[in-house]
Amino acid sequence: MSREEMDARAKERLIGIARDWYEQMKDGVVPYIRLPTRTKRNIEYDDDSEVWKYGDLESTRSATTEKSAIHLLKMAYVIGFLKQQLVENRSSTLRELYYISEGWKKAKFAAQDESNLLIEDLEIITEMQREAFHLRPEEDGASIFGPLRIRETTRRGVKEIHCQEDVGEAGYPIPNNVDNLEFIDHDAKFVIAIETGGMYARLMENGFDEDYGAILVHLKGQPARSTRRVLRRLNDSLGLPVVVFTDGDPWSYRIYASVAYGSIKSAHISELLATPQAQFVGVQPSDISDYNLPADRLTEQDINALKAELTDPRFATDYWHNQINLQLNMKLKSEQQAFASRGLDFVTKDYLPTRLSEMGVI
Amino acid sequence: MVIAEDLAREQRSISVAEFFEKNKHLLGFDSPTRGIVTTVKEAVDNALDACEEAEVLPDIFVGVRRVENEVYRIIVEDNGPGIVPENVPPVFGKLLYGSRFHQIRQSRGQQGIGISAAVLYAQLTTGTPARITSRTGVNRPAHRFEIMIRTETNEPEVISHEEIEWDRTHGTRIEIQFRSTLTAKKRLLDYLRLTAIVNPHARITADIDGEITVFERASNDVPPCPKPILPHPHGIEFGALKRLAAASTETVEEFLIGSFSRVGKKTAEEMINLAGLKPSRKVNKLDSNELKRLLEAMQAVRVPAPPAQQCLSPIGEDLICRGLEKEIQLDFIKARTRPSAVYGGHSFIVEAAIGYGGKIPPEGNAMILRFANRVPLLYQQGACAITDCVSQVNWKNYGLAQQGLPMGPVLIMVHVASTNVPFTSESKDAIASIPEIEREIILVLQELGREVKRYLARREKKKQQDDRARAICSIIPEIAAKVSEIVELPPVDTTPIEGKIMRKVVAKKRTVDGKVSIEVNNYTGKEVDLVIYNLSSDKAEDAVPLPDFVESIDGEYTRVWRCTLGAGEAWRAIYTGTGEGTLDLRGVDDGMKVVVDLDV
Repeated sequence: MSREEMDARAKERLIGIARDWYEQMKDGVVPYIRLPTRTKRNIEYDDDSEVWKYGDLESTRSATTEKSAIHLLKMAYVIGFLKQQLVENRSSTLRELYYISEGWKKAKFAAQDESNLLIEDLEIITEMQREAFHLRPEEDGASIFGPLRIRETTRRGVKEIHCQEDVGEAGYPIPNNVDNLEFIDHDAKFVIAIETGGMYARLMENGFDEDYGAILVHLKGQPARSTRRVLRRLNDSLGLPVVVFTDGDPWSYRIYASVAYGSIKSAHISELLATPQAQFVGVQPSDISDYNLPADRLTEQDINALKAELTDPRFATDYWHNQINLQLNMKLKSEQQAFASRGLDFVTKDYLPTRLSEMGVI
Repeated sequence: MVIAEDLAREQRSISVAEFFEKNKHLLGFDSPTRGIVTTVKEAVDNALDACEEAEVLPDIFVGVRRVENEVYRIIVEDNGPGIVPENVPPVFGKLLYGSRFHQIRQSRGQQGIGISAAVLYAQLTTGTPARITSRTGVNRPAHRFEIMIRTETNEPEVISHEEIEWDRTHGTRIEIQFRSTLTAKKRLLDYLRLTAIVNPHARITADIDGEITVFERASNDVPPCPKPILPHPHGIEFGALKRLAAASTETVEEFLIGSFSRVGKKTAEEMINLAGLKPSRKVNKLDSNELKRLLEAMQAVRVPAPPAQQCLSPIGEDLICRGLEKEIQLDFIKARTRPSAVYGGHSFIVEAAIGYGGKIPPEGNAMILRFANRVPLLYQQGACAITDCVSQVNWKNYGLAQQGLPMGPVLIMVHVASTNVPFTSESKDAIASIPEIEREIILVLQELGREVKRYLARREKKKQQDDRARAICSIIPEIAAKVSEIVELPPVDTTPIEGKIMRKVVAKKRTVDGKVSIEVNNYTGKEVDLVIYNLSSDKAEDAVPLPDFVESIDGEYTRVWRCTLGAGEAWRAIYTGTGEGTLDLRGVDDGMKVVVDLDV
């Protein structure tokens, strides 16, 4: 689809929401909007796409209370703004949108979370992505290092980059709009996504990418949409296995879950973002005892998060229940870099090769 | 038996004054800080009791002044009946001297300890005598005494006595000086405020180190003074019965009828039969065993409750509310006075009130105000049966948060009035847990809980209605404007939605491009006669239609329109202006009108 066609469709679908409200009000009906319920209770596994999507639970937001009415008013203002942006062929960041709302009086957003959520609502209703509304996140994606050649269409022309030879120590930074990215060729056997910068640098320094034909992807904590889309495409179009290497605590398991199964917040675009084949490397709770890793005690919040994961449909497997229950019994958590207690080479020479061959990746 | 003889030399009687000198805490003088509060409390209690007996509206002055470092002079002056000069020394200079100890009726003071204990405390800490001025009427001179207590004998010692000129025609003034601090100033003011709440007929003026606070009266009716009653047969103990019997020259039957309340001929006969006595026996001739049998019979026979109306003086629901409202701003208040009840032959009445919102602190435990015989209880809240009862009630049933005590902007006031309030100690800080009293307190709190639940439900409903009214009348029009702009169609009219949802009279003010429009829609099914008030600094000389009345004060204009709107009809006025100001509507019930300012 051409850019013009895309813009026209986005504009038409956004105005469609306003038109529905117009008709409702003309008929003397209080305007309302219907949306899937965006909570843990309402995500379901989709067998065809192998990712978690929203289920059938819907909530109706009708302007009969002040709070709901203001929500609809805000949505109306955002639609008006996006329509204008599309007409004028401009673009803005999510943060800019939040600041623009300063002048909207009652429709002003209280925090950026609120405007981000509202944009996600619009994505769900229009079945389009925010990029189609000319909105981009201000967060930058993470970086790639490994035997991979890519072509990026930038505002200053098309560039070809090899992610080992043409980049510095920081690697190749993933752009916001992954649609402008093409993979040309590669010499890799698998992709390893890493939570922390320290471990990413360790693998690079130890030459793990060269020794095992690995593409290293630094997630920078909870990964941005662009990072998750790159992982999905590396898996999808290049057929490379993806493994995820994080700290050994409940928050890191959620990072893995959002890579593999999609996040609850963006379950409407799971098909684009999630990599169902992604496997979890560790740090596994069993690693903490097996390797006698230095560990910290779980905090109250950690324990609650682990318990919440036991009821999260994305973790409903024997493997996860065993590991989580083991961790709850040990009451311990370890960081990836705790492997350094057994020497700086231990993680690349021992732990990862053993674990990856166990998993059938190498 | 040498030891016994040695000991005997040491053994001697102890005067009650000596005893309390050593046990100050029993009377509420455990610390100098608290001493001020206790002294003021005792003096004010006496003043209020005296005024009540004389049926005058109390006008009480309380002064606390620093004399020198850590020495304070406390002054309490009343307009009561005064004390005859002969009685001034024992009243203030002898512990356990009083007029109310032998009476069965509700009163604040009872044993005649409190004020003389203060005098004792003063002479202990500063060695200065108490100075008392009293006058019993216009035609009599005022007398001024300086008094101390001889602790070894518990007898007053008059240091000086003179007749003086005094501008009060009747009343009493006591000045006591003792070593203390003013850290309890807040408590003291709290005590006076609480006293003012349960004595709404009293005016109390406090001058604490130059800072003057007046607690004005909320009622000009002197409450009826409780009348003493005869003891109730169920409330008497052996010793008292023996004493009464010994002093009587009557027959058993005459004695029972004449010395006890609620005993008639029939009841007396029943008691005498049950005790196996002859009705004609002289009661002072009965031996101990016979008296014991009589006592048992007296308590076994059913006797109606003592005449509570006569001996008790509850504050009453209306005055409790007025008393509380004048001192604490509240959104909601409800009071209940229970019917009188009895424990161990003593009459009592429980009354209580519950308040919500207003100036009550919104966080933390509820405010609990405890009173006994119109006296606030300030200390030992945790040891008091009232507090215990408050936490026994399940307030969550009534829509209040609770962690032991109820939480949030709630005030709970409980007053126990009795001919014999069962305190846990002589300092009168806490009420003992007597099952009959607790039962009454819990019942009254449950009644009030239901009231507060109804109030909260009403408030919640009103809140929802207001919320909906704001959504429908103020935000939906904005959504309509924005949506119409987006779809590039003529502005959609939202009045049908308003009419359908609201079914009320809706008034709106909206300013667009310097034109203020006021629109009123009658969505009810009835014709209404309306008065529309618009206050603003806009001159609005071009108003269409012209107001029926305009008034201007300091550049502020009040415009009034009148109109009659049939069911479904609308009215509108337009003028040039900034739209600043307010809009109001009269002529319909609050529940049937919605006023929306779209310029806010």
